[in-house]
Amino acid sequence: MTAPFPSRAQEEWRYADLDALKPVWEQVAEPVTLTVAAGENLEEMWLPVADDVQLRRVQLALGQQASARIFALNAAPVYGRIELEVSLSAGAEFELFAANIGTGLSTNEIVTRVRHLQPDGRSLQVIRSVLGGKAAGSYLGKVEVARGAQQTDAEQSVKAMLLDRGATANCKPELEIYADDVKCAHGATVGELDPVQLFYAQSRGLPPEEARALLLEGFVMGLCEGASDGDAIRTAARDALRRVV
Amino acid sequence: MSEEFNALLTVDDLHATVAGKPILNGLSLHVPAGEVHAIMGPNGSGKSTLAYVLAGRPGYEVSEGGATFEGRDLLALEPHERAAAGLFLGFQYPVEIPGVSYLQFLRESLNAQRRARGEAELSGGEFIKLARGQAEALGMDIEMLKRPVNVGFSGGEKKRAEMVQMGIMQPKFAVLDETDSGLDIDALRIVGEGINRIMRAPDKGVLLITHYERLLEHVRPDRVHVLQAGRITRSGNIELARDLEREGYAELA
Repeated sequence: MTAPFPSRAQEEWRYADLDALKPVWEQVAEPVTLTVAAGENLEEMWLPVADDVQLRRVQLALGQQASARIFALNAAPVYGRIELEVSLSAGAEFELFAANIGTGLSTNEIVTRVRHLQPDGRSLQVIRSVLGGKAAGSYLGKVEVARGAQQTDAEQSVKAMLLDRGATANCKPELEIYADDVKCAHGATVGELDPVQLFYAQSRGLPPEEARALLLEGFVMGLCEGASDGDAIRTAARDALRRVV
Repeated sequence: MSEEFNALLTVDDLHATVAGKPILNGLSLHVPAGEVHAIMGPNGSGKSTLAYVLAGRPGYEVSEGGATFEGRDLLALEPHERAAAGLFLGFQYPVEIPGVSYLQFLRESLNAQRRARGEAELSGGEFIKLARGQAEALGMDIEMLKRPVNVGFSGGEKKRAEMVQMGIMQPKFAVLDETDSGLDIDALRIVGEGINRIMRAPDKGVLLITHYERLLEHVRPDRVHVLQAGRITRSGNIELARDLEREGYAELA
């Protein structure tokens, strides 16, 4: 039986494009469950497809000392949503490197709930958005640290680049901490391309539009330096950026 | 033949402001082809402003006077057009670009210049060969150029990488803004040799901006100019640089 259709009154759906989602809800509503056993490692790469509406709902359970690293590119033409709920046992490590790239009237969002259930877990979420036209890109990231999950180290780094006046970036990191000896850091910036970097690139001979494209590629690509198949995500991001610039 | 006619770079009565504040106040300079000129001057005298105005950095406004490059109005060109015309700026503080590898950055830049000049682009293989040769000549491992532009480079490595870029671009004219700052003695020698190797040619020219005389002993400029309060106050040969090193700028007045 399909999960009930969400409403915008629910916090984690507040920026969603529910009109776009409605017709496909029954096909995509069911979450995928991934389990990484104690001491095991998982690396996943989630690349966009051609569908107008793309929803990926994943529940990820990490055993003790398990680690998972996910590279994700969210660039649906109409509505894209990556929804990830992660639970970490003792000593587990979770890393998410994800980007929203959007143009036109598209909405792309990354929604995470990272639950540190036991001590010594580490989580890192690096999110980059490049938004042009009237596109919206969002990150809603909740980190929960349970009572007793001491020495948790949780970090969220969120940066968005807006290329046009009509583009919107939403960023909502959220912490819920019930342990007293933890490190939880988050930083968020929304900006435009750095004029000094642009000048440097132009002084080497790149025309302004080529310089912009290269810098945006770098802004997004910093993400996938550690990926074992960096070329796949690099090519996908380049294609998506080409539509935006 | 007049000096102006022969000049690669001519700066004429240049006045420039930054954020509304006058920095250059009537600077004139001729650098003929085949010569290296040094500009020395105290902090705040306008050395970097001159470099940025010549390269076309936004925010550096020319209020009076002008500059020509091989007879063309340099100030009418966009920064990337100046690069394609053969002007290279060696940055005092080379800029970091996370996520973009040096090799990609330089290959795309060089090919953009070549396209603008109507020349064929270099293939990946041709470019790597060129980059490797220039990196090795400056004592830099090609592996470093696989890393993001200047990210994690030491101050000295950034300056050396600027020289590698210059070797790859083969400009007609280089403005080198304090390329010697942050270099140890060995690196200074390597960079000095690099400038001579890449830029000492009858059809090329260099404007070497520096605080210190030491690099000049390696590069041996044809002329030395002293910049104070936004204008050239004295010109001479390398002896002038040695006097300055000994006595400081204050003695000059």
